[in-house]
Amino acid sequence: MKVNSPLEVYKHLPQTNCGECGEATCMAFAARMIDRSARLEDCPPLLDEQYRKKYEELRQLLAPEVREVVIGTGEKAIKIGGDDVLYRHQLTFFNPTGLFYDVWDTMGDEEIAERVNEIQGFKKFYVGSFLTPDGIAIRSTSGDPERFARAVERVCSITDRPIVLCSFDPAVLEAGLRVCSSRRPLLYAATADNWQHVMRLAKEHQVPVVLSAFGDLDLLKSMATTFASAGIEDLVLDPGTYPSGKGLRETFENFLKLRRAAILEGQKEVAYPLMGVPATAWLMYEDELTASYWETVIASMQIVKYADVLLLHSTLPSALLPVLHIRDTIYTDPRRPVQVEPGIKEIGKPDASSPVFVTTNFALTYYTVESDLASNKIDCYVVVVDTEGIGVEAAVAGGQLTAEKIKDTLEKEHFDVKEKTEHGVLVIPGLAARLQGELEDVTRLKVVVGPQDSGRIPKWMEKNWPPE
Amino acid sequence: MKREIDLEELNRILRKLNIEGLEDVHIEGDVEIELDMAHGGLDPAFLQSLGHEFAQIAMHLLNISQLLGYPVQRAMQPQPPQLELPTRLADERFSVGGISEWKHRIEEVTLGATSSDGGTRSHTITLGGEQALPYYFDAEMPHGNYITMDVFDMPIGMAKAVKVNYEDVMEDPAEWAKKVVREFNADMVTIHLISTDPGIKDTPPREAAKTVEDVLQAVKVPIVIGGSGNPEKDPEVLEAAAAAAEGERCLLASASLNLDYARIAEAAKKYDHVVLAWTQLEINAQKELNRKLMKQCGLERDRIVIDPTTAALGYGLDYAYTNMERIRIAGLIGDSELSFPISSGTTNAWGAREAWMVSSPISEDSDWGPREYRGPIWEIVTGLTLALAGCDLFMMMHPASVQVLKDITQMLHGTITENDVDIKDWITRVVV
Repeated sequence: MKVNSPLEVYKHLPQTNCGECGEATCMAFAARMIDRSARLEDCPPLLDEQYRKKYEELRQLLAPEVREVVIGTGEKAIKIGGDDVLYRHQLTFFNPTGLFYDVWDTMGDEEIAERVNEIQGFKKFYVGSFLTPDGIAIRSTSGDPERFARAVERVCSITDRPIVLCSFDPAVLEAGLRVCSSRRPLLYAATADNWQHVMRLAKEHQVPVVLSAFGDLDLLKSMATTFASAGIEDLVLDPGTYPSGKGLRETFENFLKLRRAAILEGQKEVAYPLMGVPATAWLMYEDELTASYWETVIASMQIVKYADVLLLHSTLPSALLPVLHIRDTIYTDPRRPVQVEPGIKEIGKPDASSPVFVTTNFALTYYTVESDLASNKIDCYVVVVDTEGIGVEAAVAGGQLTAEKIKDTLEKEHFDVKEKTEHGVLVIPGLAARLQGELEDVTRLKVVVGPQDSGRIPKWMEKNWPPE
Repeated sequence: MKREIDLEELNRILRKLNIEGLEDVHIEGDVEIELDMAHGGLDPAFLQSLGHEFAQIAMHLLNISQLLGYPVQRAMQPQPPQLELPTRLADERFSVGGISEWKHRIEEVTLGATSSDGGTRSHTITLGGEQALPYYFDAEMPHGNYITMDVFDMPIGMAKAVKVNYEDVMEDPAEWAKKVVREFNADMVTIHLISTDPGIKDTPPREAAKTVEDVLQAVKVPIVIGGSGNPEKDPEVLEAAAAAAEGERCLLASASLNLDYARIAEAAKKYDHVVLAWTQLEINAQKELNRKLMKQCGLERDRIVIDPTTAALGYGLDYAYTNMERIRIAGLIGDSELSFPISSGTTNAWGAREAWMVSSPISEDSDWGPREYRGPIWEIVTGLTLALAGCDLFMMMHPASVQVLKDITQMLHGTITENDVDIKDWITRVVV
């Protein structure tokens, strides 16, 4: 965005402190616009006719450096791009990298259905919600427009996820668009050879389009400039993803260059979302596992450094899991608190026979333990020790999780284990086993060592609960 | 031949043509319509009548066209506005500048000493020296990344996928060290003296030092000497090990704020080693420790490598990544308390349940697939992410992870350049 202080935003606000946005003052609202935690539309007076000019000015000032592009329609539509910084600690990265997994038009109907369902059905529970892929990329491997249209139709009939249409042949893309243009698919791709035809398709069907210029940033910029001059600005740039050797290094550099130009130098001509195609790893390796490893490696590199959308092939869990996690890692808001409130938490409906588990107040540790216990329906108490937001193993090593601290937490919360339970037992994490003796000494409770990973608590309970 | 007529006259002529049919019509020469605006301000009534005359003329011309057989009706259908699209590509050149704030160089720290420097290593390894974020085009990265593989002084519990590689050497640290260098291509070896922990075996420092000597005998690569993580015992153990390895310029792991770091720094100076300064995901703690090592203990800058803590993918890697990236950027823009090579305990990735657990403990999860595949990639992605943040040295465990991380970082660094692939037709050529 073009402004970086709340004062600059404040100048354009109604300055009435009406409070309709939920903030007490216009200045407070201005601060939220700067960190992008509120939207301009949250200020109802600004939408009045009398403020139209201020609204327009602000909208332009606050527009992110990298254009936001929407793929798909409805609930499952995704937004990509929209970033304002080069490093996540400077604010946060917005709009997680879109992850599209492929089907191809030489597959049979059943195969397509099976694969689409596999992709859209994949989910991994993580800190309170599920990580999932975003959509389907349909490749034309037949080169036959009718066949492609049929495959697109098939995919559309089984998923409402966003779609990418992949072919360098405009006739094929056109056939696909005839079937699904109302779903706002992403067109892949315009190139030096076909750009005029693809431009016309993008214009006629009002869909976002990828510009591909492998290893040639001059051409990419030329195409982007030309498309923008024709009023087509929902663009995605694909500088090419070379899966190995010198090409891989150049790929990495091209992403850096484009994003630096957009954010640091305000070069609007290239300030569009970037596309990576880690699926090219499959051109390099025959063996499925090796190819999927390299695809994952390239995807991780591109997610860390600036890819806004990826086209992927491997749906092995060993590829999906790390890709989903690294995307979450990079796009998690770093302003999110690291710690949860220390104290005693109740999971389910604990009674006198329920176990009392000890853990740390590092948000990730706590939420992991909590979800493991809750999803396995274990009624219990959890003693959350203030370890300054450090996980169990590191906190034991660093002295933030000690016997004294556990005792202090119990006392501060007036939680008398002997009174609350019939067993009088504390369960400590396996990674804190070395605290057992000292903890027994200071609390005069029986202390047992639980598993190293809270995911194993259900199994551990079978053998060890109730305690002897 | 040119003759001037007025509109009324033209209209008359055309009407006549319409009535009488078209025989031998020749329209030749320029038709020029001149509006005399010289008299200033056109009378609206005049414009009205002029418009009327033009419309009349148009009607007559259409009639003529129809007589000539031209499909006037079709031409008059309302047409969708033709898309005015460019027919030529703009000719643009792309360029982007450098980062002017990156004016400072990360300290160069050399590990290992050869006979010419009083050691017995076959070669040395230098970390650091960067003047930009890793693999950026702004400045050449003078040294690549290196991997040191973990060896323990006693058998320990480890993920099955890792364990299968070491079952034959677990009882013998020297053989273990040989195996990781010979078979798994380790750049360095880390000997973890975990048995010295009073809660484990309480191995005396002198005995631990003997293990270090064995490892130095067994391999010729530079080594890292790790304690057990017990803050009371480690300074003593590392001091004894440092003495035994005098002159070998080992990396002593680790000094931290919660133990007697001065004793470790002292040992490093006295016996010619390098100190690993370990803090927990806290940039200010890292500054404090580095400052204390330099100012309070008088440790030279080229004897410091830092470990700001590695949290695994899915278990706080976001903090570890950003913490490391911030440290490296701070170093590049001139914070001399943070401009040191960085090391990562990448092995921590194996603590992630996704790396070792047979299946997901959460019933709603999709199938996680075989864990033998998940573990190594978890270690690779954790390492690669930190490599991109500025990490120089990686402590790792799985041979496949080591190989892939080496390959990718060397490609990014520009050391591996072969194997270029043509991606032009990827849409049709990727597996079908």
